[in-house]
Order: sequence, then C-alpha cells, then structure tokens
Amino acid sequence: MMPYLLCLILFCEGLYCVLRKRNLIKIIIGVMIMDYAVNLFFVLIAYKMNGRAPILSPDTTIMNMVDPLPHALVLTSIVIGLATTALFIAIAIRIYQKYGTFDITKIKELKG
Amino acid sequence: MSKERDKGMSLIVKTITRLTVGLIFLYGVYIIAHGHLSPGGGFAGGVIIALSFIHLVLAYGKETAFKKLSQSGAAVFESLGAIMFLTIALLGLIGGYFFLNFISKGTPFKLYSAGIIPLCNIAICLKVGAGLFAIFIALILLKFDVENKK
Amino acid sequence: MIIGALIAIEVKHLLSSVIAVGAVGLGLSLTFLDLKAPDVAIVQLVVEILSVIYLIRATLKRDLPYATEKGLFLQALVGLIFIAIFLVFAVQCLYELPEFGHPIMRVAKTYLEDGLAKTGAANIVTAIILDFRGYDTLGEATILFTAVVGVLAVMREIGRKKEITHPNSSQEGKEKGEVNE
Repeated sequence: MMPYLLCLILFCEGLYCVLRKRNLIKIIIGVMIMDYAVNLFFVLIAYKMNGRAPILSPDTTIMNMVDPLPHALVLTSIVIGLATTALFIAIAIRIYQKYGTFDITKIKELKG
Repeated sequence: MSKERDKGMSLIVKTITRLTVGLIFLYGVYIIAHGHLSPGGGFAGGVIIALSFIHLVLAYGKETAFKKLSQSGAAVFESLGAIMFLTIALLGLIGGYFFLNFISKGTPFKLYSAGIIPLCNIAICLKVGAGLFAIFIALILLKFDVENKK
Repeated sequence: MIIGALIAIEVKHLLSSVIAVGAVGLGLSLTFLDLKAPDVAIVQLVVEILSVIYLIRATLKRDLPYATEKGLFLQALVGLIFIAIFLVFAVQCLYELPEFGHPIMRVAKTYLEDGLAKTGAANIVTAIILDFRGYDTLGEATILFTAVVGVLAVMREIGRKKEITHPNSSQEGKEKGEVNE
C-alpha cells in the first residue's frame, strides 16, 4: 500500500505543476513527471515478493519470476513519452520564436 | 558567426569524443544483437546509437559532423527501418496469421535462435535511432536564426 | 524522488529545474533496477539522458532564465482543493488493487511457461513485445514516425527564412540545400 501511495503523490505533484505554473517549460516538466509516475505504477503492479528478473538462463528453472507483461507495456510507454515530449518542446521553441516569451498568460493576449 | 561554427567544443572534449564514439556505437550494436538473450532489445540499442551520433554533433560542431551523416540520410534510414518491420510482419501472413514466427528456431541461448526476433530488433533499432537523431537535427538547425534576431 | 520532483517544480531558475528532472529520472531508473526490471531500467536511463538534452536545447540561451509567476492565494487554494479531491478518490481505488508483491499473473503464467518453447528466446520481455504482442510494437513504431514527421513539419519553415536573410557565404548555401530538400 505504501509504494502505491508514494507513486500517487508523485503523480499529484506533476498534476499540480501542470495546473498552476505559468512558464511553458515548467508545464513540460510537469508532464514528464506525470509520465514517470505512471510508468512507476505499472512496474509496481508487476512486482512479486522475492522474485527474479524475467530472463531465463541455461541453469535455472522457471520459478518465482516477476510479471513480465507490464514490463512490455512500460517499455513502449517510455519511448512514446519521449516522442511526445520532443514534439512539445518543438512547439515551445516555435512559440518562443514568435512571441518572445514563455509566459502563457502573455501568449493568450497577443493573438495573431 | 561563421568562424565560431568551426570550433565546436574544446580540444579535450574532441579528443575524448574521438576515442569513445566508436565504443558507444559498438555497445549499442551489442545490445541489439543480444536482444533476445539478455536485457535490452531494439529500443535501448536504437537510442544508444542515436546518442553516439548526437555526441559527435555536440562535440565537433555542426559543420564537421554533417560531412559524416546528413539529415536526408537519417530520414532514409528511418523509412528503411519501418518498411523492414512491416515486411517481416507481412511475410508472416503467408504462412498463417499476422506476425507468424516463420524462421526456424535454433537451439536456445545461442546467438542464432528465436526466429524472427533478431531481425525485428534490427528494424526497430534503425527506426528509433534514425528518428530520434532526425528530431535532434531539426531542433538545432533553428538555433542560429533565433540568435541572429537578437 | 519525491523531493527531487518538488525541487524541479518550485525552483525559479530554469536550468536547475531541468537538472532536477534529470535527477528524478535517474532515481527512477535505480528504482526499476531494484524492482527486478533490467530492460525497463536500461531504456529509462538512456531516454532520460536524451530528454534532458532536448530540454536543455529549449532552455539554454533564452532571454528569460527565471520563471516569473505570481498568483493569488485563492487560486493556489482552489488548485490544491481539486488535487485533494482527486487524491481522495484515487486512494479509494487503491484499496481494490491486489496486495503489493502478489500479482495476479493469469496471462503471464502462460507466457512464462511456453515462452522458451514457442519462441526460442531467453529474454521473456523481448519475446512478448516482438512475438506475442507484436502488433503493439507496430503501433509504437507508427507513433514514433508521426512524432518525427510532426517535429520536422513544425521546424521546417525557418530554412527558407535563412535563405532570404543570409545569402552571402557558399557554406551556408550548401547546408540550406540540405535543409530544404
């Protein structure tokens, strides 16, 4: 129960950052922190007490491995998170080039 | 501005880069080739290969590094990776269902085993590595225009 | 890790914020290693390095290294109230999950037992993402391709503007020829 709670606190920190901050780079950082929290949650679900890593070797039998299915999901999710962040950063750079500031309140005023 | 571009970073960084970029590339290839035997796989290896190219660009400046690898080359490699992955998947369609594992599975724990998986790893590596490097090149090509405006 | 995230959010200097996010990602990679997930730890480490490189590219040499913000106390309170409501409902959900350390491995049991016989790969996670669930990997490759095309489309226009403002040296003409193809 405790690890799930800590992971949830990390997610809420990311959420707070996205809601409250005015600088665009801080918003990007908040989205990245939420990404980390979700991936951590998936891997936490997969953990088995006293388990082994899910890799076979010639001299062991299959006993007590952690769940490999969420590992596969998280592997894909991490790379997709990187692609989304890269797109976000590209758009942020173009916004800075057009408006001269990262402050989102000022971007709303200077329309067109 | 033009003579600043030739410099890149300091001499220490350039020498170390010359020594280690080949090793980083080789490490990435190792992780891909042993993707079905030890942790790693196509994604990690692809990102490591992209990191080695980015290291080259960061240490030597844009001009010198572009002689070895250009933006069009990165785009070609990425499309090649995607087409290879799709071809391998569609060839499985001939035997039965989508993504059928049709190459023979050799003895386990050897390098030549596990049917279709090493080929898929190589295709994924090309796609991920070239794609991330193309994103990096696109992000830094904008830089000089913004600086000139100031 | 939680303290690192707090530092990343609250610090005003943008570069320190980015470094703090790098530290959070590194701590996350070590946590994955502790949870017996080496594949995920390797990928998280290298992806963290790459995303910090991209973030530094966005924040370096910008005119505003300090994030200035001011907000009324009431707005901060309303934000915190919403997050508290979310927390209450989420904690109720957490009681429904299986206990930490005893996962319900119904599908994964067949993957673990038949993995070596059916695919011949020793790494079960690679066998899952490329053989048992290969379609998801195809979708992920499509997402990466779309992201790359999106970034190239967003950043494309500047090449032509450079041609208009700097028509003097031949070296610049050659690299603009590379950009504009």
